[in-house]
Amino acid sequence: MFKVLERIFKDKLATEKISLAGSDRYRGPIEGSADGDVLKACAAVCPVKAFAVSGEDYTIDYKKCIFCGRCVEACANKVINESGLQHKHEDALPVLLESGQEVLQDVLKEKLGRSLHVRHLDAGSCNACDFEMGAMSNPVYDLHRYGVHFVASPRHADMLMVTGVVTRNLEQALKMSYEALPEPKLVMACGACAAGGETYGDTYAVVGAADKVVPVDLYVPGCPPRPTAMIMGLLAAADMLKEKMK
Amino acid sequence: MMTTIMPEAILMAAEKMSAGGKHPLTAMFGRDETANGVGYVIYCFFEIPENKTVDGFKVVFNSNGSLEYDSITHIIPAAAWYEREIKDMFGLVPKGHPDLRPLVLHETFPEDFFPLRKNVKVNAKVRGERQFKVRTAKGEGLFEVPVGPIHAGIIEPGHFRFSQAGEAMLQLDAKLFYTHRGIEKTVEGKTPYEALPIVERICGACSVSNTWSFCQAVEKAVSVKVTRRAEIIRTLLMELERITNHVGDIGNIPAGVGFNPAISLGGRLKEKLMRLNESVAGNRFLRGMIIPGGVSMDITPELCELIHQVMDEVADGVEDMSTMFHEQENFQNRIQTTGIVRSQTAIDLAMVGVGARASGYSHDSRCDFSYGVYDELDFKPYTKTMGDVAARLLVRIGELSASFEMVDKLIELLNDCGEQELSVAMEYIEGSGWGISESARGSNFQYVALDGDGRIDRLFVRSASYANWPALPIAVQGDIIPDFPLINKSFELCYACIDR
Repeated sequence: MFKVLERIFKDKLATEKISLAGSDRYRGPIEGSADGDVLKACAAVCPVKAFAVSGEDYTIDYKKCIFCGRCVEACANKVINESGLQHKHEDALPVLLESGQEVLQDVLKEKLGRSLHVRHLDAGSCNACDFEMGAMSNPVYDLHRYGVHFVASPRHADMLMVTGVVTRNLEQALKMSYEALPEPKLVMACGACAAGGETYGDTYAVVGAADKVVPVDLYVPGCPPRPTAMIMGLLAAADMLKEKMK
Repeated sequence: MMTTIMPEAILMAAEKMSAGGKHPLTAMFGRDETANGVGYVIYCFFEIPENKTVDGFKVVFNSNGSLEYDSITHIIPAAAWYEREIKDMFGLVPKGHPDLRPLVLHETFPEDFFPLRKNVKVNAKVRGERQFKVRTAKGEGLFEVPVGPIHAGIIEPGHFRFSQAGEAMLQLDAKLFYTHRGIEKTVEGKTPYEALPIVERICGACSVSNTWSFCQAVEKAVSVKVTRRAEIIRTLLMELERITNHVGDIGNIPAGVGFNPAISLGGRLKEKLMRLNESVAGNRFLRGMIIPGGVSMDITPELCELIHQVMDEVADGVEDMSTMFHEQENFQNRIQTTGIVRSQTAIDLAMVGVGARASGYSHDSRCDFSYGVYDELDFKPYTKTMGDVAARLLVRIGELSASFEMVDKLIELLNDCGEQELSVAMEYIEGSGWGISESARGSNFQYVALDGDGRIDRLFVRSASYANWPALPIAVQGDIIPDFPLINKSFELCYACIDR
């Protein structure tokens, strides 16, 4: 008992402001430029076909990207003494369904006056997303301060937070959970598997990304997204829910 | 070279190989070698601790012969799941098996669909119906409690059916493999390097272990030896993954009884470790570091300094958590004598890792095999004999202190290592090999066979959780149902690892 009290007094507040910045080696979104030939080599090594090239330009589908760094590596092998492609050391921002809507850092500031109840659904994940989701409730991120709560049943939830590529063995569970959600409802595809569905390729056991089975409102990139990126996504979702309630 | 036998001889061969249980069954899996004119094959691997190796035999089924064989489950209970999986994946039927329900493929797959046969396309989208009957106990006053696959908390999917006699759990039947993604099929035809991002994503919590076993198997297949610096870094990464998982687990077990101060402290400590992992590898799950042929990045002196610093803070926190557990009588009351696995059960089921060691079965691949630089680390498996939740908690705490010491020693070895080379070039040629590493949950075994073009012909993954899952339904018998989350957390088995 004394140790419990001692730690409570000693530890004080652990909760931090949310920051999207990562460590020096953190593999976030890609920036920089390179010649068309080099870009083609980058696209060729992408294991999830997220890297697309047209001429001297490239686009990356962050819904699919697993942030493995192979494109940056391929670029570094071709380009010597030039900058080429690099990772930004920060989280990728959520992708919303209504294109044109941009998620700004400002959503972090307006945190009052809304609440969001979330039901997690593992549709076939490797458990990395799930562990990060669990971490959001630790004292450092303390998700509850934003009015976001995880609930035990889809019937109590405003939003389904789907992780993992939807497997054949879980397709029905996903459909039924979605149907059990009361209106207005949202679906978030969290992580490269649920958002892009390319992580393991197309197999006999896989249906694909979450939006192949249920309508998805927003996508959170990352493999897995860090708790900070998930919180950004949840706050954006709370705003979307507010709009839907009007 | 492995001995080749005919299906009729399997019982005799298995009995001889297991030497009365002295050599636990490591793995049993099928392979389609019809293209080479051989037929379907079952590989059986047993651990031979006295030689620090695995050995076994191949059972060959001629292409036009019978696809049945005598089940070995009644002499080696650990074979039960393997035989069911081989039936699902290859259609080889173990006669006399006590439970021939499907294991991996659920109701939406047709009966005659065997995905790991080479004539089945990787993206075959066949639908059908197969039966899966959940097992329940019947009798006056008994009732059932169905739970899952979608659970109330943030955990992985599995269906549990409890047969209850009042509050006491009489029987538990678990239907698993919901997150089966067909990983072993999807990597076929890829080079080991192409398959690596997928292997790293078999399971989040065991990324290092899965990747290390895979790379060992590949390196064995093509006879490549990695540099000493790479071996030290790999060992260090493995211990970081173990510490991260063990700290997460000792912070999560109290969640089974709502002991909040301990949960919070555990959460803080784990977050420190996850951030350390990010600084080391560029992501919080230590992915992308281990590659076939070595490691991709060095652990710089600055990082070593950071590791030291975080280890000190975490070690301090773990010691306090241990004191908290010890002082909290009602917590002790809940964890002692709860969820017992007897020593003989652990041996019979060929359990591994924390689950085995908490039941007095000293099984630790770091000592039983020779890999990485564990031989230089002078350490003994940490065991307890009670086999209850408390024992599994204490084993983790004991192993944490051993791992903190190992990390210190490994950093010293890294500083003393003159060699700077991180990896050696790999040329993929035909061959096969196995790899083993001790994850936070226990030994992780993988088998890789490369074809003439150096592409993967067969990958088999047997994670630690695969060996330990069958012990859970035994551990819960007689305990009350509110203790189930506690018992379950004390094993902390991955679903993603076994489902693949």
